[in-house]
Amino acid sequence: MTDLSVRIGDITLANPIMPGSGTLAEGMADVFDLSRLGAIVTKTFTDDLREGNAPPRVAELQNSTLFSIGIPSKGTDYYLNKTVPFYQKFNTPIVASISADTTEGFGALAAKLSDSGVVAIEANISCPNLKKDGLAFGMDPVATEEVIRAMKAATHLPVWAKLSPNVGDIAVIARAAENGGADALVTANAMLAMAIDIETWQPRVANLMGGITGPATKPVIMRMVYQCAQAVSIPVIGCGGVSNAADAIEYMLAGATAVQMGTQSFVQPTAMVKLLDDLTAYCERRGIAKVSKLTGAMRMFSPEQLARQGSL
Amino acid sequence: MSLCAVKPDEAGAGDSFPVAENLCTIVSNDWVNEEYRLLIVDAPAIALAAKAGQFFHLMCPPDGESGNFLRRPMSIHRIDREQGQLHFLYKVQGSGTRGLATLGQGDTLDALGPVGQGFTLPRGTQHVVMIGRGVGLATLAPLAQEAVAAGAKVTAILSARMASLLMAEDALRSDGAEVVIVTDDVGNSDTTSLEALLRRVHADRPIDFVATCGSKRLTRLLQDFSTEFGIAGQVALEQRMGCALGMCFACVMPFRNTAADGTRTVGYRRVCWDGPVFNLEETVL
Repeated sequence: MTDLSVRIGDITLANPIMPGSGTLAEGMADVFDLSRLGAIVTKTFTDDLREGNAPPRVAELQNSTLFSIGIPSKGTDYYLNKTVPFYQKFNTPIVASISADTTEGFGALAAKLSDSGVVAIEANISCPNLKKDGLAFGMDPVATEEVIRAMKAATHLPVWAKLSPNVGDIAVIARAAENGGADALVTANAMLAMAIDIETWQPRVANLMGGITGPATKPVIMRMVYQCAQAVSIPVIGCGGVSNAADAIEYMLAGATAVQMGTQSFVQPTAMVKLLDDLTAYCERRGIAKVSKLTGAMRMFSPEQLARQGSL
Repeated sequence: MSLCAVKPDEAGAGDSFPVAENLCTIVSNDWVNEEYRLLIVDAPAIALAAKAGQFFHLMCPPDGESGNFLRRPMSIHRIDREQGQLHFLYKVQGSGTRGLATLGQGDTLDALGPVGQGFTLPRGTQHVVMIGRGVGLATLAPLAQEAVAAGAKVTAILSARMASLLMAEDALRSDGAEVVIVTDDVGNSDTTSLEALLRRVHADRPIDFVATCGSKRLTRLLQDFSTEFGIAGQVALEQRMGCALGMCFACVMPFRNTAADGTRTVGYRRVCWDGPVFNLEETVL
């Protein structure tokens, strides 16, 4: 029997599989038992009420989607009184994902969640920092460190930094989050992208730009997970185009401790359950007693191997 | 095989999860006229528990260079529990429906569902009037079946460009609906003619529920009509979707909200989860 448990800082999860923020809602409980998940990461909310972007909000691309949702939010009271109690029906730790317009806003919201029943807070730092000309927190190492530090000062709960992939050197941001006190990194959010309809000559999402997600993004985020895992000593959670057990194993070999699945759940709502079954079968077939042994276990080409290939 | 992919012979009445990736076998998928195809599938019990106005989110085969990565929402044209079959009536117009059109007898269709909030017929409804145009007719047919079963009279007004494009007529008649046909050819499908028709039907036998799908013009007409006479009514809406389970928030449309103190605001709701059937008075067109 394979031990599927993984440790994310002080938290032990029953298995390494969880939904990416914004890809699971109450409706998923109509499809499978959410108690099977390692964690339930809820959709990002803000303290204030927000409607989100105008539709159309989604465009289909090759093996991927362009989403521009805009963080609609029913606010903190709704989250505490409706969302958390709903997911507490399941035997699965809840991770809150939050966003705010300012560093202080992130800290204040984190404080409100301290006794809410969630086990950790994921900081969605891909949103614009209104005090820095709208540049996303996650695109700036200083802002990243400040946000995480403000949250850590405001709550005893572990803080996961969900990084933006829209940066030149993800390792710099990863180290900034770790310096700020992050307990884990989630690598990464959606890549900024756009698409135009050649018949109407209009953008395919009303907001002009959105985030590309899905299997097509996996190799890019794979590289970033590897770079993050090399740069920091805190756990890295891989998130980008995970569709099946093979993708999860690949992310773990690159250095991820756990993985989040997102877009695939929209296409195949049972995909996380199937992933778990297939991951277990893989470990049993390979004689892997603990799934955590996969983390960072990629084998580099050795100098001897390279010499044999005629590396010049 | 995943936990929730259900084949027809494996589904039991006691399944605790109401939504599944139902693997349905294609019985037929033929043209019914020059624009529409009728897809008939053998479906498991979970799928057959669908209610009028609910829908399925279909995995469509690739169409040339378009991989059809996302599923496509499809309303149910007929729930045939005796035969254990579902009928879908669709217009072939985009890459998703072009992919669907490639499915043949014996092939498998992955149909996620049933999902969404269907029609809610008020208790004691005596006379339902439904107006549909184009593929909107497909969505209304199961409501006629449910309404007749609940003891209501159903008048179905079918609108089309020409009589040869009408499809649900026979099904509606065999379900016990009185069918009234209006066409652009004959010149009695315009809003003015339809409004006069509604008034005549209402005078003849009071209407206590109206339903529509597929046309903004008809929805507006029914909004005005139902407001004037204080009649309850619902509309089934369509929107481009991501997940169909209320998770991705892609399929929102604006709706009127009324707060406890009577204040009216407009806010987005998810067509897949809060609908696709909405009350007429809340719908913003």
